Amino acid sequence: MEFRPKILLTKIGFDGHDRGSRVVAAYLRDKGMEVVYTPPWQDIGTVVKMAAEEDVDVIGISSLATDHLIVPKLMSALRAAGLDDVAVIVGGIVPDEDLPALAQAGVARVFHPGSSLEAIAEYVSGIARARRAKEVLP
Amino acid sequence: MNKPFEHAQWEREYAAQIGSERALRNRSGIPVQPLYTAADRSGEDAQALGFPGQPPYTRGIYATMHRGRTWTQRQLVGLGTPADYNTRLRDILAKGGSAVSLIPCNSVFRGYDMDESHFELLGTCGVVVNCAGHMDACLAGVDIERTSVALNDPSPFTLLAFLLATARKRGVDWHRISGTSNQSDYLSHFVANHMFFRIALPGARRILADHIEFCTRHLPKWNPMSVVGQHMQQAGATPAQAMAFTLCTALQNAEDCIARGMAPDDFLPRFTFFFDVSVSFFEEVAKFRAGRRIWARLARARLGAQDPRSWRFKFHAQTSGADLTRQQPLNNIARVTVQAMAGIFGGLQSLHTDSYDEALSCPTEAGARIAISAQNILREEARLTDVIDPLGGSYYVEALTDQMEAEILRVMDQVEQAGGMYRAVEKGLVQKEIGDSAMAFQRRVESGEQVIVGVNAYQVDEEAAGVRALDKPDPQRMRAHLEAFARYKAARSQSALQRALDGLARAAGDPARNLFEQVIAAAEAGATHGEICATLRRELGFGRPLVAV
Repeated sequence: MEFRPKILLTKIGFDGHDRGSRVVAAYLRDKGMEVVYTPPWQDIGTVVKMAAEEDVDVIGISSLATDHLIVPKLMSALRAAGLDDVAVIVGGIVPDEDLPALAQAGVARVFHPGSSLEAIAEYVSGIARARRAKEVLP
Repeated sequence: MNKPFEHAQWEREYAAQIGSERALRNRSGIPVQPLYTAADRSGEDAQALGFPGQPPYTRGIYATMHRGRTWTQRQLVGLGTPADYNTRLRDILAKGGSAVSLIPCNSVFRGYDMDESHFELLGTCGVVVNCAGHMDACLAGVDIERTSVALNDPSPFTLLAFLLATARKRGVDWHRISGTSNQSDYLSHFVANHMFFRIALPGARRILADHIEFCTRHLPKWNPMSVVGQHMQQAGATPAQAMAFTLCTALQNAEDCIARGMAPDDFLPRFTFFFDVSVSFFEEVAKFRAGRRIWARLARARLGAQDPRSWRFKFHAQTSGADLTRQQPLNNIARVTVQAMAGIFGGLQSLHTDSYDEALSCPTEAGARIAISAQNILREEARLTDVIDPLGGSYYVEALTDQMEAEILRVMDQVEQAGGMYRAVEKGLVQKEIGDSAMAFQRRVESGEQVIVGVNAYQVDEEAAGVRALDKPDPQRMRAHLEAFARYKAARSQSALQRALDGLARAAGDPARNLFEQVIAAAEAGATHGEICATLRRELGFGRPLVAV
């Protein structure tokens, strides 16, 4: 069967600006990926539940206005739910000084403003493949 | 008009020398010719241009325009605790800012108090204002009788209620309170940035009309209605779409007021508009000139307004954050300057210039200072305000104004066909149009058709960041603010509070009552923002975002 990466694209916290997440969602879908898209302001618990139920390969968190600051909480919640294998990427405005904290929390990659959609698609496809490969090999 | 011989000769020479050429279009999709001449306008249109201060106001809404009064320099401010905000505000006022703006924390936009929010996020994007006492602290030492206050205060307008409570406490007559309820336009929140505490559409519609009605009666110097095109253009709408959707929103809100028996000339003079201004310079100038005359005609012919103050299209512009880049951030100063020029030549009444660092973080104080300087330089050194509508009469600008007008009217007609703005939003049509435009723009960036310096062209090895140190709220001060809030809540008269919240709930169930009156009563009884929002959500229903991808 043809391989289709599956990504959950969402926003946590309080901000509602969703231009970025909508454009990325539409593009990845055009590329043949399976995209689970939610409106903004999801609870961390809801995101974890959706990621498990939908068995996504990747979670993409879009953040414009400091919501990236609670991504470490999401990472802990994912670990607690045994979803360590789901890669988390963040897209949006993340100040340089906050990058180490996200990396330390286990965020796979941060896409800053100006990132090309093609680059995002390639990266998502790559990490999704890597995750599936691990699933088959014991 | 017949083209003179020289024109035909130029056309031949141009075609011979340029060879094959890709057709250029602006962001609104309007073709851009290499040259504009008198032949591009009909004699009738040229006649219709008129004078500043005279309908349809193509050249500006006042006879004196920027020569008489430049514009209000209104920088968005909001960070940390009320005390932090107050320090920064007083600094900005001392440095030449002429008015107050207040951006609340995103938790406030979402309808929550700080004790129901992630602590990490408190005050990172706005000031944490949850009750009347917090507003008093924000504005300590500020003369609210003489300073215009713009509150980013989405429905249900608790921040204005807190301001009115503060005024009463200070003995200031409400008739003297001046300013604007920014972001009062619930429709743009539904379709674009969703920064809104989100009750279902019918409830939001009622709260806005109640708010306009209350302010019209009791706050003669307050602008209750800020119709927002900014969110929609930031979300991806083209300049023409953003103007069209905004005018449709203004019509919808005005007609809602008229439907409940209000006279257009009682409230329309207090309608204001808020737009994004992108770096597409001529297109933006034409957008504002075209929008201004469409509004003048509609206010008179369709809404039946007789008072010229009702026809005047007063607008605040904010330079486009979406145009700013993280790459080579200092380049953003050039972008903001061009955006500000477009707004000034477009005839704005109030301006916010973005800080160059907004694609990196919430703006820093240093960044905000440069942004204000840009305004001062454009006015004092470049002398852009010496002449009224200095681009008026330019063949290109006049032809483009006509074309933008036609395009805006075309989009407005689509909305009308769908039953007006409220219905078009309810059906998701506006959201889809905006999403499609956002995608189309991004594809042009990806293909390189739309060049963005430093992003898809002229890249350099990343400059060492080193441009800034982000202002972050001090966690200890925020913790103290949170603890003080808990003490405040415990010390209130619980019975008075409960009576006020019950009154609010009852008013929500009774369309004959004015909800905003009850919001103020609750604020004065000590209710918090979160308590007021929770009551209204319970009574009026929670609204899910109407978004499809």
